[in-house]
Amino acid sequence: MSGKEACMEPLVTINDVEMEVVYEKTDVLTETPMHYCPGCSHGVIHKVLMEVIDEMGIQEKTVGVAPVGCSVFAYNYMNIDMQEAAHGRAGAAATGVKRVLPDKYVFSYQGDGDLAAIGTGETIHAVNRGEHILMLFVNNAIYGMTGGQMAPTSLLGQVTSTTPFGRDAAAIGFPLKITELVAQLPGAYYVTRQSVHTPAAVRKLKKAIQMSFKYQERKKGTCFIEIVSNCPSGWKMTPLQANEWLEKNMFPEFPIGDIKVPKEA
Amino acid sequence: MDSGTPKLMKGNEALAESALRAGMQAYFGYPITPQSEVIEYLAAEAPKRHSLMLQAESEVAAINMVFGAAGAGARVMTTSSSPGISLMQEGISYIAAAELPCLLANVQRGGPGLGTIQPAQGDYFQAVKGGGHGDYHMIVLAPASVQEMADFVFDGFALAEKYRTPVMILSDGALGQMMEKVVLKPEGSLPYPEKPWATTGKLKSRERNFITTLHMESESMEAVNNRLQAKYAEIQKEVRYQLIGAEDADVLLVAFGLTARICSKAAEMAREKGINAAVLRPITLYPFPSDAIARCAKHAAGVLTVEMNAGQMVEDVRLAVNGATPVHFKGRSGGMIPSPEEILVEIEAIAKHTIHA
Repeated sequence: MSGKEACMEPLVTINDVEMEVVYEKTDVLTETPMHYCPGCSHGVIHKVLMEVIDEMGIQEKTVGVAPVGCSVFAYNYMNIDMQEAAHGRAGAAATGVKRVLPDKYVFSYQGDGDLAAIGTGETIHAVNRGEHILMLFVNNAIYGMTGGQMAPTSLLGQVTSTTPFGRDAAAIGFPLKITELVAQLPGAYYVTRQSVHTPAAVRKLKKAIQMSFKYQERKKGTCFIEIVSNCPSGWKMTPLQANEWLEKNMFPEFPIGDIKVPKEA
Repeated sequence: MDSGTPKLMKGNEALAESALRAGMQAYFGYPITPQSEVIEYLAAEAPKRHSLMLQAESEVAAINMVFGAAGAGARVMTTSSSPGISLMQEGISYIAAAELPCLLANVQRGGPGLGTIQPAQGDYFQAVKGGGHGDYHMIVLAPASVQEMADFVFDGFALAEKYRTPVMILSDGALGQMMEKVVLKPEGSLPYPEKPWATTGKLKSRERNFITTLHMESESMEAVNNRLQAKYAEIQKEVRYQLIGAEDADVLLVAFGLTARICSKAAEMAREKGINAAVLRPITLYPFPSDAIARCAKHAAGVLTVEMNAGQMVEDVRLAVNGATPVHFKGRSGGMIPSPEEILVEIEAIAKHTIHA
């Protein structure tokens, strides 16, 4: 008997055919169908985040904060206690949660407009205080929910509904590399930039989330994960085109990899 | 500090000490004159008293920290003064919509704009009419003494938790800064209610809790609004006021907070001159004591509303009186405090023109 057989999953019967269960959706995701557009990164990020919570067995000890943006409905999909926060204020709301529940795992799940435009102050100060939270920063270089306007991270030349002639640095400045910025702060414990455009990238993100929750137990500072993401609807591309555009255009501006890692193992 | 023994304290410090005694678990604030003594007092005392004081990077952050902590089930407070309270309005709207209990205090200063650090009552509209966007109200308590600055903290937390609503103590720079004798309530005398809705981590034994103010379907948004309005209707029974003088006075003064104290001196001076004057002091500005005002105004020849603003509560007094009696207004603003003598002039003018022996 091989090891594989020893830990084989139970059999289920579908249409009178016995089948081996090789993959199941985690119960830490609800049964609610997601509203996200086809090809959007949010679904994958939600999935790996909830899988980590499931695998670490911390569903009962986790509180999430999702502010205004496409992911404002995250509480419909994440089967954990959650708060919706005002636009930009997830860093402050998560601070409020963590300070009164210091032994719970707290994360914020924010978009680029939220975290790096209207909420820049809350983001920088939450990290600067070294709040023992995980900040997940989904950067797709556009405002998805409001219909494709310029984000603080929109690329130079990028056409959006509020930069119809392309983002012009002279008029509206440069893509804001807030992840590099927060990495400078002593309160930042672990800062990394990941993506979910390939299965390998998804696995790396999952590892980063696992590490972040483990680090949170140490109470040494803020963990910050930027996830360079797509927005097929906002970018007006097919999902495949969007992922190709992401690799070609987003990665040179927002390179993938660790930016700050803890000194202790 | 012992309970029962009178202490001489600043209003801001009495409020802060009372919050610790009322079991406040977290305070988030930002310095602004004339309320900075609250945050300073708590910075020194909260760590010793199993409480938390966190200085936020802005009033915007502070109110959203309150949102997070209140949502997580803690007894939470923030305080500020007029411009800072303006910055909090979006957050207050969210807190009201999410039905999170918390206590706010506005130690008002003169405005608009950066205004002055001197006392004023110019934030009445903002406090009682909503302030932020959408259909909501807060319970608003108006202290008139350092004693009430302390007492209303207990009342405020109790009301907030009873109705799952933000409660505001609407004070002013004079009440915050002045020192008076105060008897503080004992620590631990306000029990913590169960908060089964709080986001404290989803136990296997229950469904997940989530706090949201987003209702995309018009039908469900209206249902939420109807629920809020039903709660506000219920809250009307919490109305509180104080009548200083006779219910059938010829001149009825209506004033809140500091102004009510000055008015009671002016009414006393008027009575010495043979004018039957009384003061009705709304203690709750929301809910507003409209019925009591209407009842007293029926007997009066004239009503005089006195405020440290350009005329805000007087609109609610006129709605309450509903034309039954002429309603006059005397206001000072920008940090100017009306004297009993200048109020007496108004009382005498009303008496002269309207009371015929």
